[in-house]
Amino acid sequence: MTVRDKRRKTVNFVMLSLCALCALITVSTLFVILGFLVYNGVTSLSFDFFTKLPKPPGQTGGGMGNAIVGSAQIVLVATVIGLPIGFFTGIYLAEYGGKTMAFLVRYVADLLNGIPSIVIGIFAWTVIVVPQHHFSALAGSLALSLMLIPITARSTEQFLLEVPRSMREGSLALGANKWRTIARVIVPAARKGIMTGMILGVARISGETAPLLFTSLNNQYWSTGISEPTSSLPVMIFYRAVSPYDDFHQQAWAAGLVLLALVLLANILARMVISRGASLPR
Amino acid sequence: MATSSAAIGTGAPHVARRRAGGDEVAYLVVLVFAASIIVVTAAIVWQLWVHSSPAREKFGFSFLSSKLWNPVTDQFGAWPFIYGTVLTSFLALLISVPLGVGAAIYLSELAEAKLSNTLTFLVELLAAVPSVIYGLLAIFTLIPLMRDYVDPALQNALGFLPIFSGHIYGLGYLTAGVILAIMTFPFIISVSREALLAVPREQREAALALGATKWESTFDAVLPFARLGILGSVFLALARALGETMAVTMVIGNDPGVHASLFAPGYSIAAVIANEFTEATGSTYLSALVELGLVLFALTIVINGLAQLMIILTTRKGSAKGG
Repeated sequence: MTVRDKRRKTVNFVMLSLCALCALITVSTLFVILGFLVYNGVTSLSFDFFTKLPKPPGQTGGGMGNAIVGSAQIVLVATVIGLPIGFFTGIYLAEYGGKTMAFLVRYVADLLNGIPSIVIGIFAWTVIVVPQHHFSALAGSLALSLMLIPITARSTEQFLLEVPRSMREGSLALGANKWRTIARVIVPAARKGIMTGMILGVARISGETAPLLFTSLNNQYWSTGISEPTSSLPVMIFYRAVSPYDDFHQQAWAAGLVLLALVLLANILARMVISRGASLPR
Repeated sequence: MATSSAAIGTGAPHVARRRAGGDEVAYLVVLVFAASIIVVTAAIVWQLWVHSSPAREKFGFSFLSSKLWNPVTDQFGAWPFIYGTVLTSFLALLISVPLGVGAAIYLSELAEAKLSNTLTFLVELLAAVPSVIYGLLAIFTLIPLMRDYVDPALQNALGFLPIFSGHIYGLGYLTAGVILAIMTFPFIISVSREALLAVPREQREAALALGATKWESTFDAVLPFARLGILGSVFLALARALGETMAVTMVIGNDPGVHASLFAPGYSIAAVIANEFTEATGSTYLSALVELGLVLFALTIVINGLAQLMIILTTRKGSAKGG
């Protein structure tokens, strides 16, 4: 073996080991920090956390019941607004889109998807908080729905396009018109994928904090309506985490664990629904 | 009368006509929904433009270059925030690109399919973790780690450089860069891995048949083929890092200044909007914050556009040659 070959073998070994090391570092970093969250979260979690109102600093106990309900309410309204728009836009893109218009809609959907969430929060603030002169959960829901629309539209489109051509043709040949074909054949065939995309989208917006900071704001008490300032889990995590009190930090860990569990559970469910090997929309 | 008698005489055409009409309605409905996306996006740009007008009229283009951010005297400049945003994102990529691409090479070229798929699944799951949770973890794990170990070690070794000098707080540009790097790992790993997997098998076999080692085949034959896709993943990560709000807000230190030292506390565009929006008083202050949002919007649009373009170019190339 020549010196050069020896060097090549060494380089080969060193570089491939480095790549494996990179994989080890990245994957383990991610899991170490999440393990830390689970450890701290479990020790701070209690039954009161889910049912009680937050306590002021200095007093122990209390929970984030209002934030959990508030988050559910904000996300629910966002889902009701965002999912239908995204779903029908997806149908348009996959089934009806002409060349120019479909290209434009697709391009704009990707653009909307790329807008930083805090900027979408500013938009919701300008159209709801400014005219109403007070913070409102509805503004938060609007911001979240704007993030949900492009995710749903693009994933719905992708899964509709995966339905085989022969199914469309079979339905049309039997005399069904186009919308019947879509409603009775194509959408049911793509149902699993579409559901997966929707679950992932809702999971994604449930963890968003930035667009809620100056739209739904926060609230020490139970929310009384959808146009009132409303507490939410992510916003509470933020304020508790940056506060100087140890009790508040414990609450932040517990809330972080609850939020993470919800988001990861939704993701795992969604990925179990879908068949193996199918690529997920990003 | 004529119509109804015709309908009674021959039922089929009537039904067919009604059905065709239903088709048109369905088309119109989905078209309206699709068009609403365009309307909403245009409205976002319009609202940002209108609500930033007091600041735009008062400061003009000097807003972008001015270092002064003083709500008391109503003087606002964006430079400290643009600097902080770009610097932290750059630091993030500096860390996450080599590590992420290395990991992607391991996953696509070296690891067995089963291990690779499992690890990729887990990594992609981590992309779903909300950013406020990364921020929470960073406050209680990363900040002490940086303050007590990493920053002092860097200062001891390279303290003669201005970027590694000065007081160590734990909070600051470098800490923000590190948490952003951790948050962008999943994007770089999963997109780069897909780009590498799309490289045709022949590419690797040809290189190996010519006597190349595994690394030479990967570096000289596979990586160049997937370079646009990898670059696309880098731009995706960059766009994500630039617009990232919560985690950065929680660790960057919130100081509206321009500092050479990476250990110094700074500020980013998204962080200043998150912190000051609810307490901003006066139209100039608010509109300056909205104008910062406009700057951030423009920045991410450009970066995202480039990312999409590169990913499209590689997928096309890969499928054309790979058959």
